Amino acid sequence: MSSVLYDEPGPVARRRERIGSVIGAVLIIALLALAFRYADQRGLFGADRWDVLYDPPKNQSVEDVWRSMIVVGLGATLRAAVVAAPLALVLGLLLAMWRTTSIAWLRAPATAVIELFRGLPVLLMMLFGLLGFGWDAFSSVVFGLTVYNMAIIAEILRAGLASLPKGQTEAAYAIGLSRWQTLLLVQLPQAVRTMLPSLIAQLVVLLKDSSLGFIVGYPELLRAMQTNAQYFGQKYYVALFVLGAGIYLIVNISLTRLAVWLQRRGGAKTSGKVARDATLPPVGGPGGAAAGAGGTV
Amino acid sequence: MDLFADNLPAYLSGFVVTLQLTALSGAFALVWGTVLAAMRVSPVATLRGIAVTYVELLRNTPLTLVFFFLVFVAPQFGVLPPLGFWTAVIALSAYTSAFVAEAVRSGINAVPLGQAEAARAIGLTFGQTLGLVVLPQAVRSVIPPLINVLIALTKNTSVAAGFAVVELLAAGRRIALANPSEAMLALAGVGVFYLIITIPAGLLAGVLERKVAFAR
Repeated sequence: MSSVLYDEPGPVARRRERIGSVIGAVLIIALLALAFRYADQRGLFGADRWDVLYDPPKNQSVEDVWRSMIVVGLGATLRAAVVAAPLALVLGLLLAMWRTTSIAWLRAPATAVIELFRGLPVLLMMLFGLLGFGWDAFSSVVFGLTVYNMAIIAEILRAGLASLPKGQTEAAYAIGLSRWQTLLLVQLPQAVRTMLPSLIAQLVVLLKDSSLGFIVGYPELLRAMQTNAQYFGQKYYVALFVLGAGIYLIVNISLTRLAVWLQRRGGAKTSGKVARDATLPPVGGPGGAAAGAGGTV
Repeated sequence: MDLFADNLPAYLSGFVVTLQLTALSGAFALVWGTVLAAMRVSPVATLRGIAVTYVELLRNTPLTLVFFFLVFVAPQFGVLPPLGFWTAVIALSAYTSAFVAEAVRSGINAVPLGQAEAARAIGLTFGQTLGLVVLPQAVRSVIPPLINVLIALTKNTSVAAGFAVVELLAAGRRIALANPSEAMLALAGVGVFYLIITIPAGLLAGVLERKVAFAR
């Protein structure tokens, strides 16, 4: 793929590339070694910086620390995401159906709702829950995640509906299905399958955004990191951050991989190919369509 | 409505900070993201490796975690980022550049194969092919997704409110906390300012997208 931009390398070019790669690798290793030495001199690799993960001070047990990070911290993060995701999916589906009804003036409110929630920061929505409605932190986080992602999911599903061949709808009408039957039995099942990678990518965004709970006082993973560091001492921030960031990366990268795998699996079928029509928003890598809908980031 | 009249200066100064954050981080992210995209398609494996790792790491990390790193963890390395505004600019550009890189890369991939082949056939080098033929064409299909990335950046600047930067959202939160009975209205005011940026930008992206689609 990348070779489109340059010739299939011959022996000389290959040697040059290999030399370039080796020099680059050596430079990086040297840089890493420098950074490592610098960190070592500051005592970042000393056991007293990391023992919080295997032999914590202050008479706390290892289980307590890991429990506070994984069960309490990650648990709270996942709980917010697990409550918000189905709500966003269902409401997004309803919005998408509303947005595509055949009567123009009925469509307008749905369009307004989608544009409104797409254009506002998730954090502002959480503050609406917290300060405006006076809800507790958990409800505010779930509210913010739900209303934002339902708008994005509605747009993803609409793009999926638009990507279906016209013949599908025409055939459904021709065999006497009503508009609702056509939508529910013919169009939506195909649209959902086409857009499955984008939907999963959006769920990764939802999970990432749950970390905004840190700012509105919801005790999730980031807060667990901070609480531990404040209890055991600032010097443990590095170790706790490595653990916390690692947890996020593992969860998110697995979900992203799942999206890529689903896309590759769906790509072989017709419904997958339709979505890649050049005139439509790209369904490219994970998050492609969501980015088109103004979401992913 | 008195609420808005009384607090207009606070809203406006917050809005200006939000605009500054967006403009500066956007500019840095565009430059760094384009460099990353070029690295990602380069023939040198090491450069590709760096770019892939960077993009994958930052895309799978919540923005709040990037801020958290700069504010709480970096000082442990002896790096003391200037607090507040510039920390936010660093975090936002580091995060956004990963998405810029992805948008530019998919734009490069959208340029028909024949273009690069023809460029190589007349003897252009890798740099010339990319700089004179592929990138100028890729820019057209890249602009709508890039606008969407910048819209997201505008909304993401609100995360800075959680880390001691008084931008639009933080200003609105102060107003809401000072007037608890009108908190809803105070936050709606914040929303209006965000929509002033995001909705026209979204419409622009839509129009450009349709134009590019027709041209193909």
